[in-house]
Amino acid sequence: MARYLLGRVGQALAVLALTFTAAFLLLQVLPGDAIMIKFMSPDMGLTADQIAEIRASYGADRPLWERYLTTVGNFLTGNFGISIQAGVPVSQQLATNLPPTLLLASLAFTAALVLTIILAALSNMVGMEWLRAGLQSLPSLFISVPVFWLGIMLIQIFSFQLGLVSVISPGPVERLVLPVLTLAIPISAPLAQILMRNIDQVLAQPFVAVARAKGASRNWVLWKHVARNAIMPTLTIAGVLFGELLAGAVVTEAVFGLSGLGGLTYQAVGNHDTAVLQAIVVISAFAFVTINLIVDLLYPVLDPRLGTKGGALS
Amino acid sequence: MSVTPILQVDDLSIAYKTGDREQRVVHGVSFSVAPGEVVALVGESGSGKTTTAQATLGLLAGNGRVEAGTIRLNGTDITHWSQKRLDSIRGAVVSLIPQDPGSSLNPVRTIGAQLAEVMQIHKRGDRKAIQARVIELLERVGLTPAEMRARQYPHELSGGMKQRVLIAIAVALKPALIVADEPTSALDVTVQRRILDLIDELRRESGTAVLLVTHDLGVAADRADRLVVLQNGRIQEQGAVKEVLATPRSAYTRRLLADAPSLGKPRPARAAAESQDFAIEVTGLTHDFPVTGGEAKSFRAVDDVSFKVRRGTTHAIVGESGSGKTTAIRSVVGFIKPTAGRILIDGVDLTTLKGEALRQFRKHIQLVYQNPYGSLDPRQTIARIVEEPLLNFEPIPAADRARKVRDMLARVGLSESFLERHPRALSGGQRQRVAIARALVLDPRVLVLDEAVSALDVTVQAQILSLLDELQKTLGLTYLFVSHDLAVVRQISDTVSVMHKGRQVDGGPIETVFGRPDSAYTRELIEAIPGRSLPVTDLPALAVPPEHPSRLSP
Repeated sequence: MARYLLGRVGQALAVLALTFTAAFLLLQVLPGDAIMIKFMSPDMGLTADQIAEIRASYGADRPLWERYLTTVGNFLTGNFGISIQAGVPVSQQLATNLPPTLLLASLAFTAALVLTIILAALSNMVGMEWLRAGLQSLPSLFISVPVFWLGIMLIQIFSFQLGLVSVISPGPVERLVLPVLTLAIPISAPLAQILMRNIDQVLAQPFVAVARAKGASRNWVLWKHVARNAIMPTLTIAGVLFGELLAGAVVTEAVFGLSGLGGLTYQAVGNHDTAVLQAIVVISAFAFVTINLIVDLLYPVLDPRLGTKGGALS
Repeated sequence: MSVTPILQVDDLSIAYKTGDREQRVVHGVSFSVAPGEVVALVGESGSGKTTTAQATLGLLAGNGRVEAGTIRLNGTDITHWSQKRLDSIRGAVVSLIPQDPGSSLNPVRTIGAQLAEVMQIHKRGDRKAIQARVIELLERVGLTPAEMRARQYPHELSGGMKQRVLIAIAVALKPALIVADEPTSALDVTVQRRILDLIDELRRESGTAVLLVTHDLGVAADRADRLVVLQNGRIQEQGAVKEVLATPRSAYTRRLLADAPSLGKPRPARAAAESQDFAIEVTGLTHDFPVTGGEAKSFRAVDDVSFKVRRGTTHAIVGESGSGKTTAIRSVVGFIKPTAGRILIDGVDLTTLKGEALRQFRKHIQLVYQNPYGSLDPRQTIARIVEEPLLNFEPIPAADRARKVRDMLARVGLSESFLERHPRALSGGQRQRVAIARALVLDPRVLVLDEAVSALDVTVQAQILSLLDELQKTLGLTYLFVSHDLAVVRQISDTVSVMHKGRQVDGGPIETVFGRPDSAYTRELIEAIPGRSLPVTDLPALAVPPEHPSRLSP
């Protein structure tokens, strides 16, 4: 068990280190940099010497490996560097932009899971065959729906047509309803389909027939025998789809005009603000890795076969 | 009879819906089970025996439907009861012992919870009373220490132990009828005997009737009071076991009896081995597997096994699961390198061969696997499957290859019309013929048959065994025949090695080992074979029935 835990944590750290390095290298090979964009414009009227001085003050004249090591050291001590465009520390920008995105993402993730379970449970009820058939044909449609389009359609329908959700100075909860739905729906559709397929597979297992032969009703079997067996593969996919959600959050914030990491990313890309981008990439990777680590650690809890070592030979 | 039967099935017809059409699989079946009686439904795959049994529990697959007839339980017609109503009697009045203990328990719940469940569903007592009954039941079926077993998960138990748990579940509420659907088919023969004994004991204690579904005539003969013989969804005959076995009235029952391998039957005469040299010589074969996480560093799967096989004869390796027989033959075909020992095939030491030399040598020793469904690529045609081994060795012109493939199919009794078919269009026996053709196309000297007939129905099994016999005679092949089925082994082998926990506990000519076994284990194994009650017939067991004339070339 301890070995399993250490192995998974080690893998997670390795993924983080690789992401950090890949992001660093990719950002460095981009043509131009934030300093050039900000200070080389003719309006500033700076001489070449002055610019070189500014570059030196940011450490931009150092060789690549030295900058890499410095950045690694800074990140490890919690220093994400300075945003060249805004002239403030990146950590300060994150402090204002991270919480709203985190709230949006976690709400959307929870909503997606709840939606998934409701859909799967409903579609396994008698008389709900139409929902089942519908869901089974849906995912291909939902996967191909772009997040921005869905967001715009939701605003059109719920705000402008039905007038249910106000777009002009909405309350704190009202403001989040549509963005959360925009993010949750495209994830929950494929998840529900996977969960349904797993439920079908488990239902075909002989132990389900044994449970039925004990006199267990369909619902008893579904909740006491099928649910736990079917949820496990679904969780893995949920962890992977979380990455989808992070990407979706950037677009959703733009569509709904919310402040957050999405807006920050958008600006930083435009300005080649590498320090900001590096921090955002690492934070996203950290969130992704953490979610998947939690999923991995849940596995032995849900499935006793993974909790014991040895097996048939012992 | 004045007593109301526990189960009375009248003119039952069942159909499955596939796509838009319904196919009837059970046709007007009628039989009854009296209180305390054991009735065996006997038949081969596709006979409708399992479908009939499922219907008595109201558990037909979703696309199945009772078209006509009635099922009465204790005189009450339950044929058209709702599932909700059936829930109240399932587990309490009629219960199930399933086929495959390996997948019949929920892997994520404890043994105790799954046993307690049947009592919770039917609300028999409070938590404490149920817990006490769980322990009592586990002890009754021989799972001790019961407190520990109750807390264990299915993967921590062996197959036989899991079947004991399932039996405990089935008898927990003392039902009037237990439907036992091939309850021991997935178990080793010694475990099978103990499980069948346990079912016998428990049903005597509570006077429960048993509907025993089985493909094994030997099991049915030993354990049942009455037999119902099914073929293609129709009853061929039924009656008291002794009468049916002694004077079978239907041709089908006679054929089943003739084909069923049994120790009680005289062994068919085999051609005496003419050759004096050995095709296979195995000396001191030992194989260790490394073990991680345990106290021991390695696990000895095969321990100092030696045997010799004369050219043109059949040597059998017999053993139950975990005996090391599979590891032993994997070494013999050169898939794994043994830890110690020598393996001579036609005088060449296989253990010294490496890389390309080993690959080239493999054409002399070919393998036929147990599962004819898994061992053929579903996307290839039969011609392509049989041709493939030829492509791995020195090139042969395409026309010659095609001729070789056609000849080989003819040899195994398949006409040219099979060439362009795919495996899914073939029956189990036909697939196994293809697998044999594929193994023989390289003209090997040794054929290793790994449980090659275990998955087949007895009549098909008899045909394949007879085919193997003919091929051996005409091609002078040497067989290494791995099996758990001693009755089959006795029919076709000249010599035998009995393996138990990695060691060879008995070995030598078949008559010596079966007649005067050295080890207690071999005696236990022989005694456990079902079918003692089968009548001794003069019918030659290897005869190919007239309905399936052999198409072998002379």
